[in-house]
Formats: sequence, C-alpha cells, structure tokens
Amino acid sequence: MVICMTKVTERKSSWKVDEETVERISDLVNIRLSEEEASLFAKQLSGVLGYFKKIDEVDTQDVEPTFHALDLKNIVREDQVSPSLPNRAALENAPRKENGLFKAPKIL
Amino acid sequence: MAELLSALETRNRILSRELTAYEYVSMILEKIKQTDHRIHAYLLVQEKTAIAQAKEIDRKVKRGERVGLLAGLPVAMKDNICTKGVRTTCSSRMLESFIPPYDATVVEKVRGEDGIIIGKTNMDEFAMGTSTETSFFGPTHNPWDLSCVAGGSSGGSAAAVSAGEAALSIGSDTGGSVRCPASFCSVVGLKPTYGLVSRYGLIAYANSLDQIGPIGRNVRDCALLLDTISGHDSKDGTSLQSNGEYLRSLSDSIEGMKVGVLSELFGSGTDPRIERHVRREIQHLVEIGADCEEVSLPILEYALPAYYIIALSEASSNLARYDGIRYGFRAQDEGLDWKSSASKTRGMGFGPEVKRRIILGAYALSAGYYDQYYLKALKVRTLIRKDFREAFKKVDALAGPTMPVPPFKIGERVEDPLAMYMCDIDTVPINLAGICAVSVPCGFIEGLPVGMQIIGDVDNEKKILRIANAYEERAGYTERCPQL
Repeated sequence: MVICMTKVTERKSSWKVDEETVERISDLVNIRLSEEEASLFAKQLSGVLGYFKKIDEVDTQDVEPTFHALDLKNIVREDQVSPSLPNRAALENAPRKENGLFKAPKIL
Repeated sequence: MAELLSALETRNRILSRELTAYEYVSMILEKIKQTDHRIHAYLLVQEKTAIAQAKEIDRKVKRGERVGLLAGLPVAMKDNICTKGVRTTCSSRMLESFIPPYDATVVEKVRGEDGIIIGKTNMDEFAMGTSTETSFFGPTHNPWDLSCVAGGSSGGSAAAVSAGEAALSIGSDTGGSVRCPASFCSVVGLKPTYGLVSRYGLIAYANSLDQIGPIGRNVRDCALLLDTISGHDSKDGTSLQSNGEYLRSLSDSIEGMKVGVLSELFGSGTDPRIERHVRREIQHLVEIGADCEEVSLPILEYALPAYYIIALSEASSNLARYDGIRYGFRAQDEGLDWKSSASKTRGMGFGPEVKRRIILGAYALSAGYYDQYYLKALKVRTLIRKDFREAFKKVDALAGPTMPVPPFKIGERVEDPLAMYMCDIDTVPINLAGICAVSVPCGFIEGLPVGMQIIGDVDNEKKILRIANAYEERAGYTERCPQL
C-alpha cells in the first residue's frame, strides 16, 4: 500500500449562522431575500459552514496557497487594436438603453 | 437503430455514402420529438439550421470535398456555452432571454469540423448542482429510470447522448459536472486537464476549476470529440497546447500499466453496493494486463470542503456581473436606486441554490473569515495537488467509483444542500488538482447505471482514455441502451 504524506486528525466542529448574518451578507452581495428565505438559509448555512470547518483539522503551517491549478505566469501580447463588438450588438441584450448607451438606475 | 450507432460508425457511413447526414439528422430530430417530452434533455432544438447544415455536408461528400472529423454528427451543447444568435440561458431566469453576440471557441471548433449543433441542453442553474434539479426550467429525467435524476450539472448533455437524442455532447465540469451525469446515464464523460479545452464563451461559475469536456456513447466517440475541441486558444489566457490524436492512441496496449485503486474514493459515504461492484470491475483491468494496487491519499478527506469554499468564493465574485443593466433579467425598478434595483433583480432572477452559493461564498470571503475559510482552503488545495503528484510518480492512473451512490430519485435530496454536496466527494479532488479524469460505464445496480472513474496526471488524457477503452472493450457495458 502506498501512503502519501499529509497526516490528518479528526476534530468535531459546529457553526451557527443567524438570520441577521444572512441578511447582512445578502445585503453585501445585493440579493434581496424574503423572510422565509433568510430563515431557511440561516439553518442550511449553519450546517454547511459547520462542515466546511472540517478543514481546520489540516496542518497548513508553511504551506503556500494555490490560487490556480496551472503554473502559468502572466500572458502578454502586443498592444494591437483588433475588431470588437459593434455598439449595436453590445446593446442588443440590454433591458433598457438610450442613445447607444445602457440605461442604469440612479446611482446616488 | 441507427440513432444508437456510435458517432464514429455513423460518420464512416456518412463518408461512404451508406447514410446521408440529412437522413441521420432527421432521425435524431424524430427521436427528440418522440422521447424528449419525457426526458427534458433539451431547452432548445435547432431543427432548421441542423437540417440545412446536414444538407450542406451531404453536398460536400457528394462532390468529394474534404469534410471534417465530425461530419454530419449532431452535437448537443450545454446551455452555459455561448452560441451566437441562439438563446443561452444557463437554465436561469436571469438569462432566460439572453442571446449571445458571439460563439464560444468550442462551438466554432465543432462547426469547423462539420459537427452539427443540434440544440442546447438543460443543466443545473449556472452549473450549480449535482442533479439538474436546480434548473429554472425543471429537471432532466434519467433515461434508465424516468423517476431518477440524470445527474448534474450537465444532465441534459449526458441524457441526450444516452437516449439517442444526439451523437455526442459537450458539458462543463467544475467539480464533477461532466462525470456525474455520464455515470448516472451510462455514457462516457471526460474532464480534461485544466486548460486543455478553451473556456472562451463558457459562462463562468468558478474560473480556476471550470473545464469544458466531451461526452460520448463510448470511449472512442469521446476521444473523437476531444480531438476536435482541445488545443490552444489565444482568447483564453489559461489555455494549453494540445498534442491531439487522442483517438489514434487508444488502441495501444495497457499491458504493464500501473493503476492505483484509490481508497478514499470508497469513503464512509459510499453505498456498499457501489464499493463491491466497482472493486469487482476494477479486477477486469488486471485481467487485461494492468497492475493494480491500493493507493491512499488521506488528504482527500478534505477535498470536498476545500472545493466548496473555493468554488463558492469564486462564484460569489463571478456572478456579481448580473445586475440587470447590460444583459439579462431586470426587475420592475421604477423609482428605485441602483442598489435596490440590483438587489430586487438578483433576488428574483436567481433561484435558491444560486443565492445560497453566492451568500456562502461571500461569507467565506468576508472580513474575519477570509483566512479561516478561503485562504485555508487554498492551502489544502496545495497539499492535494502535491499528493496527487507524488502518487503519479508511482502509478500511471488512479481508479475508483465516479459517484458514491447510484442515481437517486428526483426530489430526494433537493431540500438538503449538504446531502447534495456530499455526492461530489469523489469528483471534486480532480478539479482542485487541475488533472484529468474520465467516467466510463461499469455496469448496473438494480437497473441503475454505475460509473468507474479513471484519473490521470496533467496532460495524461491518452493514458486514461486508453485504460477506459481497454476496459470498455472487455466489459461491453456501453453496448446497452435504455428502453424508451
């Protein structure tokens, strides 16, 4: 039997997320939730986040994070102009538009 | 039944003029009409353009002109892959009426080889799911048992091939979304090495994990489609060179190849029937010349939580683009400011699973939890990559089940997100490590399909496809078709 490295030890963990936290995060990500959704999500998220805590069991001291699976470095190209989407095509899917521009709700 | 011939065989018949592309495409369209109201693999069928393209290919064949690798073969495309001028919804209300102004690179490559895009297939909303039940348009049914799920998130693509409603199909795999439905529908599905297939035009879920993959009725068909879609694309910064010729290298012997039976893929959540069955099937590899030994990578116990933390963190950032301004659904927002308009639009446009995942991801990235969840998960990812690399110094490939359970009933897990996430336990490690894996049909348990997963190192598609092909020839499960 081949055993590869990294030793692990099990630990129990739990996590509690309340409705207020769900509402605070949903406000950050701009998703309006109904009261029922917020209360259901609080319950479900507590379970899921409790499970996520399982990774605490792994010793990651002196381990570098992997943001990406490939060891690619920056890809560069010549700064040359190439054809892009015409204005009309870019606006085709916009729910609201005016004078060749997207129409957004007021920001302030 | 010609609609259930392999794609390669069909193509050969079209080239030798025993069958016209027009006849074949008409037959597939007829099959879709007869059966898809029960399966719901498709969200959209491109009947007219498919027939026109088939006639054009027949003209080329008749005139003796060069035709492509996929000459006359109907290919079903997952609905998160952009098709110019053809609705692409991600199975979401958010993109219900989105018509892309450009084609994804895989779409261009399929067409460039005379493949026919026959339609767009159902999926979990934004590819977030393991059963195709989170689709805004309703679930896809398993062709082997209509009361069961087809798997996900590329459920429509796998079910279409399984049911004879397409010759080949394309899915995307972020944590198992090609392999899971391939396993559940008894077809072959490959998750290529990260970067082997261009992601240009694939609507993003989690960029560092997403990869487009081919689905076919057997390993040869799958290799044929990989030959078509792999290769470098300057429009995708993470794209790799491919040395191609996957189909041609299939016939080499697997004599003396070392296959590790990966213990962690038979973990505590595995249905004992799956464990017994898959272990028995792996023995066939020994009979055809492979050396099998048990391999253990204990770190994989942490792959599932690490995967979900990373995938959902990336998703919460990716899906911030849906604000109802440039494209997609926009709620009635008269008199509302930007934040209220976006919040209302996103609250109405996204389904519950997508909202849950965005919120979970944002939570993992939020102040105070970034180090604890996100950064920690990225470090676990480093360890997983490292241990796979070590394992591949000792073995050519790793094997185990694709899914810990057989296809389950529609509705059975939908109320319990964690129970659904647990189904991905055997597939997510591969995406975290950026390596490749194929799911090949390996039999049935009480009439429901089981898949064997064969895992290879970066850029080792040829090896794993060769093993899968040798196994398939020995076992013969891909010859069976569902009774519809």
